[in-house]
Amino acid sequence: MSSVATGVSSGLSGIVGPGNLEADPVQLSAFRIGTSVPKAIVRPGSNQEIAEILRLAAVEKLALVPVGARTKLGMNIPVHRYDLALDIVRLDRVVAYDPDDLTLSVEPGISLEKLACVLAEHRQFLPLAAPYLKRATLGGTIASGVDSPLRQLYGTARDYLLGLEFVAGEGQIVKSGGRVVKNVSGYDLHKLMIGSLGSLGVITKVNFRTFPVPQSTRAFIAFFDSAEGAVEMRQRVAQSPLRPLTMEILSPHGAELLSGQVAAQIEPGQSPADALANGRWAFTAGYAGTERVVERYERELRQMAGAADSVSFGEKAAIVALGRMREFIPIALESSPATVIMKISVLPARMAELLCEAESIAARSDLRWAAMARGVGVIYVALLPVARNEETRATVVRAIQELFKTCEDRAGNIAVPWCPVEWVRWLPEQKTNGVELELMRKLKRAFDPAGIFAPDPLASGR
Amino acid sequence: MDSRLLHDLKRLLGADGVLHEPADLLLYEYDGSVEVARPDCVVFPRNTSDVVEIVRLANRHRVPLVGRGAGTGLSGGALAREGGIITSFARMNRILEVDVENQRARVQPGVVNADLSLAVAHAGLHFAPDPSSQKACTIGGNVSENSGGPHTLAYGVTTNHVLALEAVLPTGELVHLGSSAVDSPGYDLLGVFVGSEGTFGLVTEITVRLTRLPETVETLLAIYDSIDDATETVAEITARGITPAACEMMDGWTIRAVEEYVHAGFPLDAAAILLIEVDGLREVAEAEAEIVADVCQLHHARSVRVARDAAERDLLWKGRKNAFGAVGRISPSYYTQDGVIPRTKLPATLRRVGEIGRKYNLAIGNVFHAGDGNLHPIILFDERNQQQFRDAVRAADEIIEYCVEVGGSITGEHGVGMEKDRLMPLLFSEADLDLMKRVRSVFNPEGLLNPGKIFPTSKGCGEIYVRPQSPVAAPPA
Repeated sequence: MSSVATGVSSGLSGIVGPGNLEADPVQLSAFRIGTSVPKAIVRPGSNQEIAEILRLAAVEKLALVPVGARTKLGMNIPVHRYDLALDIVRLDRVVAYDPDDLTLSVEPGISLEKLACVLAEHRQFLPLAAPYLKRATLGGTIASGVDSPLRQLYGTARDYLLGLEFVAGEGQIVKSGGRVVKNVSGYDLHKLMIGSLGSLGVITKVNFRTFPVPQSTRAFIAFFDSAEGAVEMRQRVAQSPLRPLTMEILSPHGAELLSGQVAAQIEPGQSPADALANGRWAFTAGYAGTERVVERYERELRQMAGAADSVSFGEKAAIVALGRMREFIPIALESSPATVIMKISVLPARMAELLCEAESIAARSDLRWAAMARGVGVIYVALLPVARNEETRATVVRAIQELFKTCEDRAGNIAVPWCPVEWVRWLPEQKTNGVELELMRKLKRAFDPAGIFAPDPLASGR
Repeated sequence: MDSRLLHDLKRLLGADGVLHEPADLLLYEYDGSVEVARPDCVVFPRNTSDVVEIVRLANRHRVPLVGRGAGTGLSGGALAREGGIITSFARMNRILEVDVENQRARVQPGVVNADLSLAVAHAGLHFAPDPSSQKACTIGGNVSENSGGPHTLAYGVTTNHVLALEAVLPTGELVHLGSSAVDSPGYDLLGVFVGSEGTFGLVTEITVRLTRLPETVETLLAIYDSIDDATETVAEITARGITPAACEMMDGWTIRAVEEYVHAGFPLDAAAILLIEVDGLREVAEAEAEIVADVCQLHHARSVRVARDAAERDLLWKGRKNAFGAVGRISPSYYTQDGVIPRTKLPATLRRVGEIGRKYNLAIGNVFHAGDGNLHPIILFDERNQQQFRDAVRAADEIIEYCVEVGGSITGEHGVGMEKDRLMPLLFSEADLDLMKRVRSVFNPEGLLNPGKIFPTSKGCGEIYVRPQSPVAAPPA
C-alpha cells in the first residue's frame, strides 16, 4: 500500500493544518473497511475545508470515505478504492438549539450520547436510539441508515430529519429542507442522504425535530412457544388503541443473547435476565406515560397475552432491556467469530412465516441463530456460526440463499449489511429492478460526477 | 396543437377521453391559486398503460405534459404553464386494495383523500394527512405536493404515510419506488419523489399506510381578547411537552367572516381563537385536555370550551376548514400565503403581518396551523384594481421574506409551483438549486414534464407574473 503523493499530502496539510493529517500505519488500520486501508486520514474543521479537500480529491483522482466514530466500518460497505478517510470528528458543535421550537441544528461529528445530554437538559430527546449509542456519531448514524426500536412510535430518521447541509462531489456546499417542522420548498435531497453510506456527499449539518421525553418508561414481555404466538400478540396490540414506544419480538436465542455476558458488557445494568433466558419466543413492548396510563398498558397487554407467561418491568429494568434491544447488532457481532446479519422487511402479518422459515433453515443447517423482529415489519436475522472457515462459509451462504428465496417469495426486501469480509463475494445478488437501479446510478453521478466518494451501496450483495 | 397528436390521443382514449375545445379547457386554466395557464388539451387515462401511451405520444411530439388531480392545489402545480397536455386522473379513482391487517391501502391517484378515510373507517382506520380540501383533493395530488393539513402536527405529512408508488417517468418507463414492506434497498427514491410537485413522473398507483383512529379525541375552543395571549398559549403547550393532534388559530377578522357563513359558535368580538385537539388513549387525551385548558386560562383566555360530542367537534372543524370559503364570500379576490416560521416567532410575525397590511392598506386575515408555525395569511384584493393586485403580491412577498428572515420557509404545504419559484433564491443558493435541477434531470431529462415549476425562471423580481382571478370554491389546507 503506497502512501499519498507528497504533493497531495502537502495540499491536504495546507487545508487542514499538519496536525489534522495522519498517515501512521497503526492509525490507518483503525479505519479499515473490508480489506481496504486508507493512505491518509484527514480531519477537516469546517464545511469549507471539506469543500477544498473534495476539490483537491477530484483533481488528484482520490477516492474517499466520510467517517465518524468508525462504529459501522464493519458493515458490508463496498468501496472501489480508498485513498482518504475523511474523519468528521472535529465537526461536533451544536449550531442552534431552540427547545421551545423543538428543533436542533448540529454538526455531524457529535456523538449520539453527547447529543442526548444536550437535549436532556430540556427534557427532550431524539428518538434515534441507534446501535453503538455511546460512541456513534449522528452523521454516521444517518449515513448508515440504521434504525431504532423507537421507530414503532416515532418512525425513522426520514420522519424527523428536517434538513441537511452537505458537501457534494464537486466541493459545492448544498442544503435541502430547512429548520422548521413543516416545509415543502425544493426537493427533499436530504432523504437521499439517509442510508447512502457517504456515497453522495459529506454531511456537514443536521437539522431535526426534537421530542419531549415521555414520562416513566416501562416494559412488558410475554413468552410464547412459537414465532406465530409472538407475532399474533403483535397483531393484537397493533389493532388495539395502545400506542407503545417499541414492539419487538425475540427468538429464543435472541432473548438469551440479550441477557448474556456480551450484552452485559455492551449495555451494563441490572438486566431482567432470568425472565428472558427461558428458551421461548418473547414479545416485548415499551411504553410510557402517567401512572394511570402505564397501568392500563400493563393490564391490557396482560389480557392480550392470555395464558402466556408475562412480566412487566419498572423503569430502571425497562431502560436496560430497551438499551439491549437497541444494541442487538453489536451484541450479535460479538457473539460469533463470523456473525452474518441480514435485514429483512416484510408486511408485519407475514413476519411469523419468515421467522418460522428462518428457524427451520437454521435448524437444517445446524447453525446457531438469533432474530429480533420489529413490530413495523423489520427482522434482523443473525447467523452465528461457531467458526470462521470454508466449511462454515459454505453452510452460511446456503442458508443466506434460502432466506433470500423465502423473502422474495413473500414480497419482502432482504440485505446483508454485516458479513465477514471474505464471504461478501459469495452473497446473492440484490434484486433491484433495472430501471430503478439505473435511476440510482444516475443520482450518484448527479451528486458525484467524478466518483470521488468510494462507497458503493448499489453494488451487488448489499 | 398538432392535429395528428390529437388524433392519436383520441384513438387511444376515445373521443370522450380528450378535451380540446377552448370552452372545455377553461376550467383547466385554474387551480386553487391565483395563477392561470391554458393547456392545449386535457386527457383522461383509465389505467397505467394509457398513461404510458400518453407519455410516449407527448414525447414523440415534444409537447409538455402536466399531471392533475382535482385542481385544488394552491401554487399552480397542476397548471400547464407552457401549454401542452394536462393528464387528469379523474377516471383513475379506484381504491384497489385495503389490507386491514397490515394497515395498508393501494389506490389509484384520482382517489379523493376523504373517500379513502371513509372507506376504511369501518375498520377503525384512516388516512392521516387531511388537507382542508380533503373532500375534493386527490391522493395523487397529495403525493405530488407532499400535502399537509391540520392534523399533521402529530401525524406527519403525506410523505410520512406513503410506502410505495408506481409512476410513469417522462421517458415512458414504468417505475416502482418503495415497497409495501418498509425500508427498500438502495437510495430513497420514494422519499425524493414525494413532494416533487409533478416534475419527476406521473403517479399511477400509491400504497399508503393507514393509521388507527384514536380512542378518544378532545377538541377545545379557547377564545382570546388578544392575539399575543393566543400565541403565547401555543408556545407554552409545546413547552409542557404536549404535542396536540392539531393546534389551529384564527384571528378576529377571520372569525367574523367564518361565523357569518358557518355559524360554528365563534364569538364575533374575539381577537383570536385557538382550536386545539388532543387525542390518543382515553387517559392520555383527558389528562392533556386538562393541561391545555389550564394553559389557556393561564394566558387569559376569555373562555375555554370543550366540544361535548362529535357533532360539536365537527361544527368547530367546519368553521376552521371553511375559513377560506367564508373569505371568498366577502372579497372579490384573495391571495393565500403559506409561510412557515419557528413557533416561537409567532407573536412577532403576526405583528409584522399586521404592519404590512397597514402599509399597503390591505385587509389581511390570519388562519393557520399555529402548532407547527405554518401561517396562511389571506390577503384580500379586488381583481379589477390592478394596483391593488400588485400591492397584494408585494405584501405577500414581504410576509414571506420576513418568514425566511426569522428562520422559516417560503412554503409549508402548498408547494412552490409557479407561484413561489421566484422566491426560491431566498432559501436556496445557486449550488442548492443546481443540484436539485440535476436530480430533476435524472427523472425528467428533457424537462417535458411539468415545465416552468419550482425553479426561478429568467423573469425579474417584482414583475407581475400572474393574472388575477375570481375566488375559487376549493378551500386551501
